[in-house]
Amino acid sequence: MSKNTQQALDRRDFLRYTGLSGIALVLGIQSTKGSNSIENLNLVDNASITLNPYVMIEKSGKITLFNNKPEMGQGTQQSITALIAEELEVGPDQYVIKQSGGQKMHGNSQFAGGSYSVRMSFTEMRKVGAAAKEMLLAAAAQQWNCAVSDCYAQKAKVYQRSTGKSIGYGDLVAVAATLEVPKNPILKDAKDFKIIGKNVKRQDIPAKVKGEAVFGIDAVIPGMVYASVERSLVFGATLGNVDKSATLKVTGVLDVVEVERDLGAYKYPGVAVVATNYWAALKGRKALKVTWNTNGKEKFNSKDYNQSLRDLAITDGLVQHSNGDFDKAFAESKEQVVAFYETPIVSHSPMEAMNCTAHWKEGNQLEIWASTQVPSWVIGDLTKRYGIKEEDIQLHVCFNGGGFGRRLATDFIVEATNLAKLLKKPVKLVWTREDDTQLGPFRPPTFSAMKGSVVDGKINAFQHKVISPTVVPLQDKSKVDTTMVEGISEQKYEIPNMKNMFVYSDVHIPFGYWRSVTSSTLAFAHECFIDELAVKAGKDPMDFRLGMLTKQSDTKRVLQKLKEVSNWDKPLPKGKGRGVAQYEFFAGLAGEVVEVTRMGDNSVKIDKVYVVIDLGTVVNPDNTRAQMEGAVVMGITAAIKNGITFANGKTE
Amino acid sequence: MAKYSLTINGKKITVEAEPDTPLLWVIRDEVGLKGTKFGCGMGLCGACTIHLDGMAIRSCQTPISSVKATSKIVTIEGVASINAVVQNAWIEEQVPQCGYCQSGQIMSAVALLKSNPNPTDEDIDNFMSGNICRCGTYNRIRKAIHSAAKTLKK
Repeated sequence: MSKNTQQALDRRDFLRYTGLSGIALVLGIQSTKGSNSIENLNLVDNASITLNPYVMIEKSGKITLFNNKPEMGQGTQQSITALIAEELEVGPDQYVIKQSGGQKMHGNSQFAGGSYSVRMSFTEMRKVGAAAKEMLLAAAAQQWNCAVSDCYAQKAKVYQRSTGKSIGYGDLVAVAATLEVPKNPILKDAKDFKIIGKNVKRQDIPAKVKGEAVFGIDAVIPGMVYASVERSLVFGATLGNVDKSATLKVTGVLDVVEVERDLGAYKYPGVAVVATNYWAALKGRKALKVTWNTNGKEKFNSKDYNQSLRDLAITDGLVQHSNGDFDKAFAESKEQVVAFYETPIVSHSPMEAMNCTAHWKEGNQLEIWASTQVPSWVIGDLTKRYGIKEEDIQLHVCFNGGGFGRRLATDFIVEATNLAKLLKKPVKLVWTREDDTQLGPFRPPTFSAMKGSVVDGKINAFQHKVISPTVVPLQDKSKVDTTMVEGISEQKYEIPNMKNMFVYSDVHIPFGYWRSVTSSTLAFAHECFIDELAVKAGKDPMDFRLGMLTKQSDTKRVLQKLKEVSNWDKPLPKGKGRGVAQYEFFAGLAGEVVEVTRMGDNSVKIDKVYVVIDLGTVVNPDNTRAQMEGAVVMGITAAIKNGITFANGKTE
Repeated sequence: MAKYSLTINGKKITVEAEPDTPLLWVIRDEVGLKGTKFGCGMGLCGACTIHLDGMAIRSCQTPISSVKATSKIVTIEGVASINAVVQNAWIEEQVPQCGYCQSGQIMSAVALLKSNPNPTDEDIDNFMSGNICRCGTYNRIRKAIHSAAKTLKK
């Protein structure tokens, strides 16, 4: 971390932020010169360091653990705090969870995406918990005048082995807070884990079944107004005329103002209808008469665009990965296969449409309520945009009503903060479902041109050419966009001759990361093509794959396990079939076998999906299972439902 | 604006709203019960499901002027008084992920079990098909409904 990005957290700010009064043990992480050490926050008044509080134990015995990864259904409230609780020796029901709000004191990686949350926190969060525990043990030993080795911690208490007496953490914090923070706290052995690796019930679920969980859309600021924004469905259109006369006659409508949507590479004009209630804002929006200058973009349509991707497929593009001599091996092979796969544009469509509530208070202080995956980026963006300090922003990171990558973008937050600034009133901006589905950013359309050949029952030449636009429009078109080809160069099968290519499609549609990113597009093409080659080789698709995995590997283990649990070798009744695929993604690798039935009308019914996933250590197996169940549903939905299409420049 | 009397979760409430205002926005923003969710505004996703005189309805498609003062409205915040078993089954089976659709799912499930105390998988799929969950918790919803049905029979 560079020096100029460091923000001092002074004691007063910290106390205001946490609402803490009186003595407590508060441990955080100090980040200086690229290294992290755990510090006692109570006692530190050094303004030159950054402190990230994660553990707070009050004299009353109340324990607060901070989760710095937004909760969007993936279970971070449980899994991140479990890492601290495991080492601190507190039970899942013995602490309250606070969601961090993007301030630097909770670190620069307050975001959820790319399967990063647990794997980036695993050791660091445990160390924080372990350090706090060691201080509490030392405090107890001091109080009992015994050796630390005579003490152990369990369920938020310290016990003395020799006497069996115990004392609660709250009664130890006054002393513990005066002790030196251990530099290298000892972490538990995995065999002693009581929470990690166990099916612990998620703490956020009771509130979610009682309707008590607060999502961004549930924010209330006294005196707030509501807004709905009319934007063009033609991306790239500029604003023409706005006739607001009918809108202003709608009961409850207060104002009609222009507001820009900022999606980084793209800026889109909008007309906001502001009203005393949301229904009035919607009615007012319907009554608006807005004309747009579509600037030629009205000619854009899916049929022509998809054809342009197919045309690009016959161009060379850039070499992304190469080994052996693909061109020679392929040309010389008699058993050649070529295939073309297309994955459409799709929308993230989280159940909670984009929304944000923003309030500019006196003294240029900004308070925001939002469901976002990226608190750190929100704070970073807004401080720059408005020239304010991070302390002047209070961001309430609410439960995300689904994220799936959509909430990595901050466009809807900036829309609301701009609007609130303009109106000088707290405002709740809520997108409609139609806005949410039609305005992107979308999963990019990814086309795959495949070439391959087999010799002696194995693939000897393989080419995956990706034709795609990118998530961030390319500035340097001479380089491969690594995000769009993620996963394909790490070829798991032992193939002697490979040449992967990337062809960039420049298009004005906004795209974004969609859950799993290339694992839902490139994996489909890759593994389908492996099947086509298996057919060419006259081999069973599972055996064909395993036949190209002669060395021991995680992929091999996943496929072997999958073969076993799916009863692959057991023949299926007539009319039924099965298929297999595997792919390595951010945090591990997964393989699936799908069993289907051909129905009377030739449609396909999915009977069963077997998933084998290798993630290394798993914090909560039941939650991982839940994620797999959900991912299968979402993957199938993307595979069988129509994608987003365009006609006359507009999202249909 | 007109005045309307409503009975929500056993309480009498008076609100002021335009006659065509969907009950959803009245419940959320005038009454302040935020558990009922806005998903689509078109009656397609079920996130806004509430009970009106015991029937599961889509509150986003129900204008306030169509609701009688004597009608009994039950939302997720009041459902425990008629059926807490379903909510407990939801916790036991760890159904919610993001949780946004789950108020609607639970309201539909309670209505289902009232009309059909012993639903099959197919009954559940048919009855619940109007409640969308983008996280894909359908398998667990089914399990939780079976488990609640079993408990209710005891």
